Amino acid sequence: MSGTADLIYSLRKDKVLGLLKEGKRLDGRGLDDYRKVEVQTEIIGNAEGSAKVKLGETEVIVGTKFVIGEPFPDTPNEGGIVVNIELLPLASPVFEAGPPGSDAIELSRVVDRSIRESKAVDFEKLCVTEGKAAFMIFIDGYILNEDGNLFDAVSIAALNALLTSKVPKVEDEKIVKDEYTGTLKLLRKPLLTSFAKINDHILTDPGLVEEKIMDTSFHISTTEDDLINACQKSGSGAFTKKELFDMAEKAFVKAKELRKKVL
Amino acid sequence: MKKEEKIEYVDKKGKRVDGRAVDELRPIKIRSRVLPRADGSCYLEWGQNKILCGVFGPKEVIPKHMANPFKGIIDFQYRMAGFSVPDRKNPKPGRREIEIGMVCGAALENAVLLEKFPNSMISVFVEILDSNAGSRVASLTAAAVALADAGIPMRGLVSASAVGKAGGKVILDLNKTEEDAPDAVDIPLGILNNTGEIVLLQLDGLMTMDEFKKAIEQGYIATSKVHEIQKKALLEKYAVPAEIEKGEKL
Repeated sequence: MSGTADLIYSLRKDKVLGLLKEGKRLDGRGLDDYRKVEVQTEIIGNAEGSAKVKLGETEVIVGTKFVIGEPFPDTPNEGGIVVNIELLPLASPVFEAGPPGSDAIELSRVVDRSIRESKAVDFEKLCVTEGKAAFMIFIDGYILNEDGNLFDAVSIAALNALLTSKVPKVEDEKIVKDEYTGTLKLLRKPLLTSFAKINDHILTDPGLVEEKIMDTSFHISTTEDDLINACQKSGSGAFTKKELFDMAEKAFVKAKELRKKVL
Repeated sequence: MKKEEKIEYVDKKGKRVDGRAVDELRPIKIRSRVLPRADGSCYLEWGQNKILCGVFGPKEVIPKHMANPFKGIIDFQYRMAGFSVPDRKNPKPGRREIEIGMVCGAALENAVLLEKFPNSMISVFVEILDSNAGSRVASLTAAAVALADAGIPMRGLVSASAVGKAGGKVILDLNKTEEDAPDAVDIPLGILNNTGEIVLLQLDGLMTMDEFKKAIEQGYIATSKVHEIQKKALLEKYAVPAEIEKGEKL
């Protein structure tokens, strides 16, 4: 994140630390509590799948588009996913116009790994004609308002967009407009859980101020069948092995709670 | 999903595809002070990986708006040569290169005493000349040596290694074949040695919590081995080889 634009948040660090010593956060949440989550699906007429998520005041929208493309040479019987998340300048005074910067790239790649590595999408089922045609699912996401924890908000939106995606009908290796063969079936429902470390305190679902003053963050993708499938320590700062294992254990619990609320 | 040939990633005797044991690192060679015009530098070989790292700084921050009046910043640029991989790679940095630069730079920020250089930056340039899995942890390892070679004050060295899983077993330092295993899990791990804290951690693949814990424990053992090799490379620069004492040329 750029040099001095967010320095104003460091003025609140003492207050945040004071509250943390009592196990409290600025908005009254417990250290392990998520903010209120709202999900709407099937909102974009032109998208095969779509979801808008509000996590606290963080607002994101993700849409899926199915495109027929040539499979990669080393996986001729598989389709794939392409994840592209952008930080829209209208979402925050510190998001700049232009091609995705490093923060957007990191966010996109972590969300991609969360979906891809969980094997949630059966790439072989996306194949239309071996070696010639397969579905590429473009997962495009846009941050509409920044209020902390873009990762989990996008993860929830992407999962919902995929689960409600209509699979286009294909004839002669071309998509038939407005005709569908059903809804996309996912093999797993991975979700990212994000933590922020401020001094020795670990907080789940960081809010905006917490994110601006934190030492480091950690994102971990877990599945409903108790597997870890992606991790990313993000930003400078460090954590201990014990903190890592605690966050990982907690992530399974929080993701399961979240699945009940958002799916 | 990959090739149909049945590769036995870890055989009954615990030997891997390249003959290593599950907890064995590939050979690592490190030489510091290899680039005359850089403030600090390092050449590192890790298995087939060949990495050159040059460090410049502390120096003026460009672009200026990135400058931090309280502490220095690290700009880590990771690049791969077109010939460094089996299928010619476009040298233009892609999203993968940018992400690697981010996580490696962030890792080093824990080691460098950045408060000593407000409004300055340290540029770390890494060029991958030959690649075979684990290039980011090798890059981070090389960068730590290059920073020390540049005399940049640090809390300690960052040491890194990848751990993970292939063929159902938790293994150290995956090579390319192992990374392509159907059940492969790749976990790049970077540790600040003197505190034992994790400064770089990523994971991709599927594994249980128990496997994860086992892999991280293995990672700590691996990184301390890497640390010994880093220290040796730096000490060698200062040690006077016996040949010089006899008046022979280096």
